Amino acid sequence: MGTSLMTAVGASDWRMLAARAAARLRAIAQHVSWYVSAMMGDDAYRKYREHHESQHRDDDSAEPMLTEKQFWRDQTDRQDTNPQGRCC
Amino acid sequence: MGIASSVPSETADDGMVTRDPSLPPVAVDPHIQEAEDRNWTPAKIAIWAAISLLGGLSWVMLAIVRGESVNAIWFVFAAVCTYLIGYRFYSKYIEKHLLKPNDRRATPAEYKADGKDYAATDRRVLFGHHFAAIAGAGPLVGPVLAAQMGYLPGTIWIIVGVVLAGAVQDYLVLFFSMRRGGRSLGQMARDELGVIGGTAALIATLAIMVIIVAILALVVVNALAESPWGVFSVSMTIPIALFMGCYLRFFRPGKITEISIIGFVLLIAAIVGGGAIAGTEWGAAFFHVEPLPLAIGIIIYGFVAAILPVWLLLAPRDYLSTFMKIGTIGMLAVAIIIVRPEIFVPAVSEFAVAGNGPVVAGTLFPFLFVTIACGALSGFHALIASGTTPKLVEKERQTRVIGYGGMLMESFVAIMALVAALSIDRGIYFAMNSSAAMTGGTVEGAVAFVNGLGLTGVNLTPEMLTQTAKDVGEASIISRTGGAPTLSVGLAHIMQQVFGGSGMMAFWYHFAIMFEALFILTAVDAGTRVARFMLQDSLGNFFPKFKNTSWRLGAWLTTAIMVAAWGAVLVMGVTDPLGGINTLFPLFGIANQLLAAIALAVCMAIVAKRGQFKYLWIVAVPLGFAAVVTISASFLKIFSSVPSVGYFANNRAFSEALAAGETSFGTATSVEAMEAVVRNTMIQGILSILFVTLAIIVIAAAVHATWKAFRTRSNSTNEDPAIASQMFAPAGFASTKAEKAVQAQWDALPPADKPRRSGH
Repeated sequence: MGTSLMTAVGASDWRMLAARAAARLRAIAQHVSWYVSAMMGDDAYRKYREHHESQHRDDDSAEPMLTEKQFWRDQTDRQDTNPQGRCC
Repeated sequence: MGIASSVPSETADDGMVTRDPSLPPVAVDPHIQEAEDRNWTPAKIAIWAAISLLGGLSWVMLAIVRGESVNAIWFVFAAVCTYLIGYRFYSKYIEKHLLKPNDRRATPAEYKADGKDYAATDRRVLFGHHFAAIAGAGPLVGPVLAAQMGYLPGTIWIIVGVVLAGAVQDYLVLFFSMRRGGRSLGQMARDELGVIGGTAALIATLAIMVIIVAILALVVVNALAESPWGVFSVSMTIPIALFMGCYLRFFRPGKITEISIIGFVLLIAAIVGGGAIAGTEWGAAFFHVEPLPLAIGIIIYGFVAAILPVWLLLAPRDYLSTFMKIGTIGMLAVAIIIVRPEIFVPAVSEFAVAGNGPVVAGTLFPFLFVTIACGALSGFHALIASGTTPKLVEKERQTRVIGYGGMLMESFVAIMALVAALSIDRGIYFAMNSSAAMTGGTVEGAVAFVNGLGLTGVNLTPEMLTQTAKDVGEASIISRTGGAPTLSVGLAHIMQQVFGGSGMMAFWYHFAIMFEALFILTAVDAGTRVARFMLQDSLGNFFPKFKNTSWRLGAWLTTAIMVAAWGAVLVMGVTDPLGGINTLFPLFGIANQLLAAIALAVCMAIVAKRGQFKYLWIVAVPLGFAAVVTISASFLKIFSSVPSVGYFANNRAFSEALAAGETSFGTATSVEAMEAVVRNTMIQGILSILFVTLAIIVIAAAVHATWKAFRTRSNSTNEDPAIASQMFAPAGFASTKAEKAVQAQWDALPPADKPRRSGH
């Protein structure tokens, strides 16, 4: 199969195959990096912001949204009074 | 107290919540879902037939075929196939008949959404979170110690136990807590069992946490004592974590993955550097620490770590530990599949029946079932499954993959630890795991002791011990009890065949020691903090000032009490003339299993109050088993007349020897040592009595609540009232056809019409 394929397809086809493989690899890499980053909690602020915006879309009296820096400080400071167990 | 509504949970469940007509469906139609489940296509039948056949064949290879050796791959196949069958059929049975999750109901993550503590989280991500929170050093240590009974008892218990007990407990607790807005196990116990049962459950939980933290710390001390390399690299985790904490606080907030990768690189550098430093004369002298000073160091560390702000030490080390956990466990699985080590250990060893094993004393029943707790049935998980996870679940039906599936994953870690421990030479295994009181701590002593055990096929030579020690970069491997060093030798042995060859063995050994220490230190910190808050909360009932958790003095005082409690047990273990791990580890397992019994008892009361007596056995069977195992193990520890098993029998033997004026007895060579044994066995015995009494009270309260529910034909519940969900997400890892169809409707919805909610 290898040799017949080599002769049957031209250089442009190879380039297309390579591009397709690269795109596939990129998609996998993106998925892995999405998972790792979500697992570690990188997206916590984005989720908070989205939640806050959706809750107070047309409500000016709501408590102001925390800035990114404030949010991350608040996140670990809340853990001080609300510790999470880690099992054996 | 929860809102005690008497909503019938069986019949009106569907009518309880009304769907928003302007939105696409928030759940797959139960009829379509049922039809999908029942649609056994030829391909599906073929796949499940293949899984069953492979699983059956693997069990035959493990349990019936008796050759010279057995290949490790059969452990992997037996485990994975059994898990798949248990997950597909048993957990689905529980879902369908007992729990009946309803995706039309909003979860706490939806109806209490605040974007912070309550936030709907992608099921795959939450699975990872939950797994990282439940799996630590426990499943890595217990199976190693149980390997002395042969490979088969531990394997059966880990695999069958998780399917019928451990995963059931995790799933039920997660589900019930989710239905109660994420209430904790302690609160649920109070709601379901009343004041006496609830109070006993609270005290038991606190005492059990103390013992678990103490014994985990003992494992670390045993792994690091007299190991300059280990002491250096593990102590480097503290400055690394501090650096990470400051980086996240002041330089780049929120870049968690980024700093975790930096931290990981530094960690590897610390391991490599540890080898170089331990090789120098000053390094070997400076980082050579005896067990007692090391234990005191860990106690001081535990106190400081628990009062420092979370961002500085705990949070960054937790990131590092999560990062290592996922990576290392994946790597070990791949390595075991590539290397497929041969295992020469007998299926059931001499010690299983005789009960005189040097690693942990006692016969197979009940001591196998308490030696392996984590990985088969772990009560501690109930605290996690009723903590953070239920507040993050997106849809009710996802609790199956997260609760049941997460625990199956931990069980697989335990199987891999067992394989790693079994793959090393049996003579070396016993030399490492018999206490110094037996081996004398010397090569000659260890060789004489192990060969004197009369094990078939074991012929230990001094060269084997010195060569292994040299390979892993340690001065000695004799009597490195606690399981962690043995696992590390096994892991190094397997990993070096894939990466790096024998020259890398020392690196892999210390890599394994490092990640076990990292898991344990995180558990010690977090455990101390959680216990401190529980204590403050309880003391607050008598002295209201303690309820104020930001009161510095109160926080320090309660932290000091908790640290002193586990510190005392730790010091007792370290200085124990009888060896420490072999006398204390059963207490760890008993404590953990008693907590499981308490959690299952609470679940049983809930199921009874829901009026589901037909399916009560799903909870009653594991509860009965855990109760019989732990109560009989406790009774043996309290009443047995065999000194190596019974705490009080040992106490009596040593007291009588002292009274007779003897200056040495058994493995205690001085009067002080004998007095220490008398003191230790008394404390251990009293702790056993305390645990078993509290557990019996809780179980009795649950049985009472169950009986009362049966008599009154109860169908009440302490669940939060049902609120209609306004979102959709698939239940399992992969979406089914019906789920994809619903998802497509949601994707087609214009953004402006989407309901206001958090998550994505």
